[in-house]
Parts: sequence; C-alpha cells; structure tokens
Amino acid sequence: MRKLTTGMKSGRAGGALALFAGVALSAMASQPAAAQSKQLTLCWAAWDPANALVELGKDFTKQSGIEMKYEFVPWTSYADRFLNELNSHGKLCDLIIGDSQWIGGAAENKWYVKLNDFFAKENISMDDFVPATVTGYSQWPKNTANYWALPAMADAVGWTYRKDWFSRPDIQAAFKAKHGRDLEPPKTYDELKQIAEFFQGREIDGKKVYGAYIFTERGSEGITMGITNVLYNYGFNYDNPKKPYQMQGFVNSADAAKGLEFYKELYKCCTAPGLTNAYMQEGLDAFKSGQVAMQMNWFAFFPGLYKDPNVGGDKIGFFVNPAGPKAHFTQLGGQGISVVATSDRKDDALKYIKWFAQPSVQQKWWELGGYSALKAVVEAPGFPKSAPFAPQFLASMAIVKDFWAEPSYAQLLLDMQKRVHDYVVADKGTSQQALDLLVKDWTKVFGEQGKRVAAE
Amino acid sequence: MTTITQPDDAAISRIHSPTVSRPAWRTRGLSDQTIAWLFVAPTIALLLAINIFPLIWMIRLSFTSLNLSMSYLPLRVVGLDNFTDILTDEDVWLRLQTTARFVISSVTLQVIVGFGLALLINRQFRGHSFWTTIILLPMMLSPAVVGNFWTLLFQPQIGPFNYLISLLTGVPPSSFSMTGEVALAPWTIVLVDTWMWAPYVMLICLAGLRSIPDYIYEAAEVDRASAWRQFWSITLPMTVPFLMLAVLFRAIENFKMFDMVNLLTSGGPGSTTELVSITLKRAAFEKWRTGYSSALAIILFVTVFGAANIYVKLLNRVKQR
Repeated sequence: MRKLTTGMKSGRAGGALALFAGVALSAMASQPAAAQSKQLTLCWAAWDPANALVELGKDFTKQSGIEMKYEFVPWTSYADRFLNELNSHGKLCDLIIGDSQWIGGAAENKWYVKLNDFFAKENISMDDFVPATVTGYSQWPKNTANYWALPAMADAVGWTYRKDWFSRPDIQAAFKAKHGRDLEPPKTYDELKQIAEFFQGREIDGKKVYGAYIFTERGSEGITMGITNVLYNYGFNYDNPKKPYQMQGFVNSADAAKGLEFYKELYKCCTAPGLTNAYMQEGLDAFKSGQVAMQMNWFAFFPGLYKDPNVGGDKIGFFVNPAGPKAHFTQLGGQGISVVATSDRKDDALKYIKWFAQPSVQQKWWELGGYSALKAVVEAPGFPKSAPFAPQFLASMAIVKDFWAEPSYAQLLLDMQKRVHDYVVADKGTSQQALDLLVKDWTKVFGEQGKRVAAE
Repeated sequence: MTTITQPDDAAISRIHSPTVSRPAWRTRGLSDQTIAWLFVAPTIALLLAINIFPLIWMIRLSFTSLNLSMSYLPLRVVGLDNFTDILTDEDVWLRLQTTARFVISSVTLQVIVGFGLALLINRQFRGHSFWTTIILLPMMLSPAVVGNFWTLLFQPQIGPFNYLISLLTGVPPSSFSMTGEVALAPWTIVLVDTWMWAPYVMLICLAGLRSIPDYIYEAAEVDRASAWRQFWSITLPMTVPFLMLAVLFRAIENFKMFDMVNLLTSGGPGSTTELVSITLKRAAFEKWRTGYSSALAIILFVTVFGAANIYVKLLNRVKQR
C-alpha cells in the first residue's frame, strides 16, 4: 500500500513537472501570444450602435492583438450603473463612452484621463471634428482647450415619419382640403401639431393610428430630452448668456412657459394612449408596429429603422426637429470616448483611441451604423447620399444644444424631470409655476455647489 | 450488597491514554464562556461590519455636505442643516403622505382579502391543496417579475386588464391607462401589492384560525350560538393578535416598498406615486446627495422604528387581554 502511494506521488510529481515544462516551452515558443492575452473593457449603453462598435472592434483586435470586452447596460440604468462605477473608483471599465452631460463631473472628479498631451503627441486635432461634438463631448470647461474625450458617437434628436402614408393620394387630398396646403414633413412645430392632429385617430388600412410619438419618460432623462426640443425653439435658455447661472427670466420666461404648454398640448392631442412613461424603446415599438405617423427619437436608431422590413425602406422618411416661433435648435445626444483614470491598462486604452480616431476607421464606423463626428467623414461630398437620413443628421448637428454638463447635472436633470412631468403628464399646476419651481430647484443646486447665482 | 470489581489492564491504559486528557486541556486553555464567545464572535463581527458600522457611518455622514458626484468639493460639517432641509421641504412631506396613503390602503385591503381567503381555505373541500398552492403563487414571485408582468397587463392597447374592464363596463380599453393617470395610478399600485401579498396575510391568519381549539366552537354550538355570533365572539377576537402581526409585517414592508412601484410607475405620473423610498433612492444614487440622503434615511428609520415599537406594545396589550 505504501509502495503504491509513493508510486502515485512520484507519478503526480512527474505529471506536474511535465505540465510546467509544457507551459514554459509554449510560453517561450509563442511570444506574440502574450499580446493576445491583453484585454480592454469598454463600457457603453446597450443599443444598436453598440453592436456596430463590437463589429468595428474586431479590426482593432486584429491589428493590436488586444482583446476587446464590452460592458453594455440598458439606457434606463446606464447613468446609475456607470456613474456608480466611476464614483467608487472601480476598475470595471478601461474605456468608457460616457454621456455628454457627464463631462463636467468626470473632469472635476478626475474620473477621466485628460487627453491634451496624448492628442498633441499623436497629432489628433480637435479641429478635425464637428465643432458641436467637441464642445459637447470633449471639453470641460466648455469652450476651452481642455479635452477629456474623443467625440465617438455624434447624435441628436430627429424625427421619422411614415412616408408611405404621407404620399397616399387620398390622405394628401384630405389634408389639402382641410388645411389648404400639401402634406409634407413639417418645418415648424405648428405644422407638426397640425399634421399630428390630422392623423390622430385616423383609420389607415383598417387600423386606428395616432399622430405623433414624443418622449414622456419620468425615471431617467426621457421627458427632459423631449421637451427641450420644443423649449429651445420657443425661447428657453438655461441662463443669461452674459451672466452665467442667472436663470430667472431665462428658464422661466413667458416664451419658455408657452413652449412647455405647447408640449403638453401635443401630448394631449396627438399621442397614443398610455404613453405616459415612454422613451426611446417605446417610440421604436410604436413606430415599428405602425401606430404613429411621426416619431421623435435619436438619430442613432435611424439606421435600424430604415432596415426594418415593415416600416423601413420606402415607407420611412426623416426630418429635422421643427423650428419654433423664436429659434431653431435640437437636443444634442451622443457621447465621447474616454480613458478611465483608475484603469490599469491606460496605455492600451489610449492605443484604442488612437486607432479609433483614424479616418478610415471613422468611415467604417459610419458604414456599420455608428455616427462619426469626424469632418473628413461627414463633410465628404458623398456623405449626404450615403444614407437617407444623412442630410437631416448633418443639418441637425449644426443646430444642436445640450443640457447642463455641470458636475451636478444629475440633480439638475432629475429636478427638471420632476417639474415637467408633474405639469405635462400629471396635470399639476401651470407651465409658469412648473418653470418657476424649476428655477428655485436649480438655484438651490448651484448654491450648494458654491456657484454664485445672480438673484435678479 | 456492594460488589467491588478490580479494574482490568485495558481500562487502566485507557485512563492514561492521551485522549482522556481533554478536560485538563479545557480547564488549562479556554473556559466555557470563552468558547461560547468564540462561537458568537463571527456573527457579532459580521453584524458590526454590515449593520452597525454602516449605521454609525451614515449618522456621521448625515451631518455633512457630502455629494459623491462632486467629491472634489471640500467636505463640510453642516450640523443639522440636512435634517432641517428635509423637515421643511414640502415635497418630502407630500411623499410621506403618498407613502402613508399607500401603506394604509394596501394593508387594509390585504387584511380583508387575506382574512377572507383564510376563512375559505380553513374549510376542507375538494381540491383544497391545489387552490391553496394557486393562491400562494403570487407571493413566491420576485417583485421585479410582478412589476414587469403587470406593466404588460395594464398596457392600454394590448393589455388584457383594460379589455377585461372594457368587457365589464363598456368603457373602450384604450381610453384609460391604469399606470399613467393621476386618479388611477395610486390604486393600481395598491391593487398589485394586494394581489401579491394578500396570500401572505392569509397564511398568518390561517395559523391563527387553526390555533383556536375546537371545544370553544363546540361549547358555542351547545349554547346555540349562530355562525355569525361565533365569528364575532370567537373567531375574530382570537385571530386579532395574528391579524395585528400581519399588519405590522406588511406595514413595515410597504413603508420600504420600492422595486415593484418603481417598475410599475417610476413614481409617476409626475410624482403621484412617488413613495418616500423612491425619493430616497433618487437622492442617494441618482443625485448622489449622500449627506442629505443619509439624514433622510435616519428620519425614515426613526419613524418606522418608533411606530413599530408603539404598535408592538399595543399588540402585547391585546395578547394579554
């Protein structure tokens, strides 16, 4: 028995030696394989463009030998999840495609690596990118040459419409008889409401349809990202351009209150029932199921909608956010890509950014369904014809405006979510009261942050 | 007669063997009390680490201006400012009122339905076990599943709930939204919570009903007491302590309710169904106002703890009676 045990022991030892020798030999024989064991984790939202990025990332792995791992989180918990990660100095993400409004907090809290030196060393110029995306996604403080991200995914709010319905002779005739003009994509919000009212409750192919789909979501950012498209165009401003943080008379001006009323009217007159807490996905569902004539949503989803077998192709059309009586803007979306300061693989992460900034990669990014912000791509002569929504995307990127990007943006956003949802969906108070309360909330937030708020 | 037997050699060697020296080792090393402490120590350490330490830390934070999204700002001790802010904030009071309305309505309904179900299930009938299992199913589900499942059922265009109401009342199914209308949303969360938790109240009541000795009913029968009289004079008074226990459990749970309501309405429309737990979550993990949310958590803890204590005293008095 003892002999047998000893024999087994010596057998195990021999096996271990052989294994060790094997591992050592294979390590010596294949040095390049070591590079393949390198890995980067990229964090972003779970949506259509993320799939395109996975496809694009395969080229990076081929070239560099660095494996790409992805952490995609649904939009409704995207901010909670990743801001929690950044706040707790976690090491989950090496690269992060963070929302535009995070840039202030990320820069001030040193969550992101400052990229100025890297850009200078690698000859990456921010002048090569669409100006709105540089200001929106990369700079903090705004309009200064301090860069914390490379513009990665340009985006804005746009509209889709049922081109097939709009072009039907019977519908066109009915619209002309009622309104004395041709039925075509609206250029102003008044026109949009008129068209939405026209379609609301109409029967098309034996099915009841609704006028428009707009954002009403309460929990994260939905209703704010919808309502600002109207507010900007009715004269709303975040603060006095000459006196920063002076909000009285700008956030709650009479014009802004009219804009808020208009959004509520649009919600009441022309949306499908039950859309009281709806954002991107609900909009896509409503449009894809043939329920609505016009849909507000992010350009990021338009490639997928265009490919949809039921409502895509010739059936879908696109238009820029309509103008209001005072201005013409649209809500900026999109994100920049940053290196997380707590990552242990910052050098490899910077390699990814260098690779991603190349014009050929940016061109492929656009072709796969991402939205490049590189001028060489979007200003190329063939760009407007490269996709049916490309001209509207270009026009939109020229008129974008973003929400606060302050470090306290989350508080500012949630305050606005509450005040406007209370007014629009829950019928609480007047539009003027809602905006007055919003000024009060925001003044308090800036006060706590130590930012001087002009009282007048 | 006493017989004295001589110990054999084996017994002597056992006495001198090392295994029997254990009592000596115990007296030399660890006392019973020490061993008891050793057994309890890991639990106490765990309790200190995951309950007591965070609680003390939270109390400390509640007196500061800490905001995790602006951790670059210097940490200021603000005294009772956070508490004053909360207690003078009209919105917080409104959220507390919403929570109180939700707790009272849902617990009342759950007690009525749960007690009714317990009375039914307490009788022996064919398929008794099957129906008991069916009734208990909702409380076995995760609140997240329940929230998503009912959201689908309440969908105005495709949800079966609206069609059922339409069938019964003639109101068009897509003309109302259970989760989206100010008048309906508070009742919607009460309805779903009752559906899920009335079986739990039923179980507690069933335990109460089965603890009533049969001879009391037999004596009542002899006295020719009607079934109604038996219910009011025997069944109800003897199950009251169990009912009160159910009320305590459900009230504490519903005061903390978050997941299901968050999934059903996100606190909307507007702030109509925003319970104080949702306000707390938003302050702590969306606005990152750590100091403020710590103070709010303490206020809520004291409120629940105080109310529960008063209630337990009341419960003991009822039991004694």
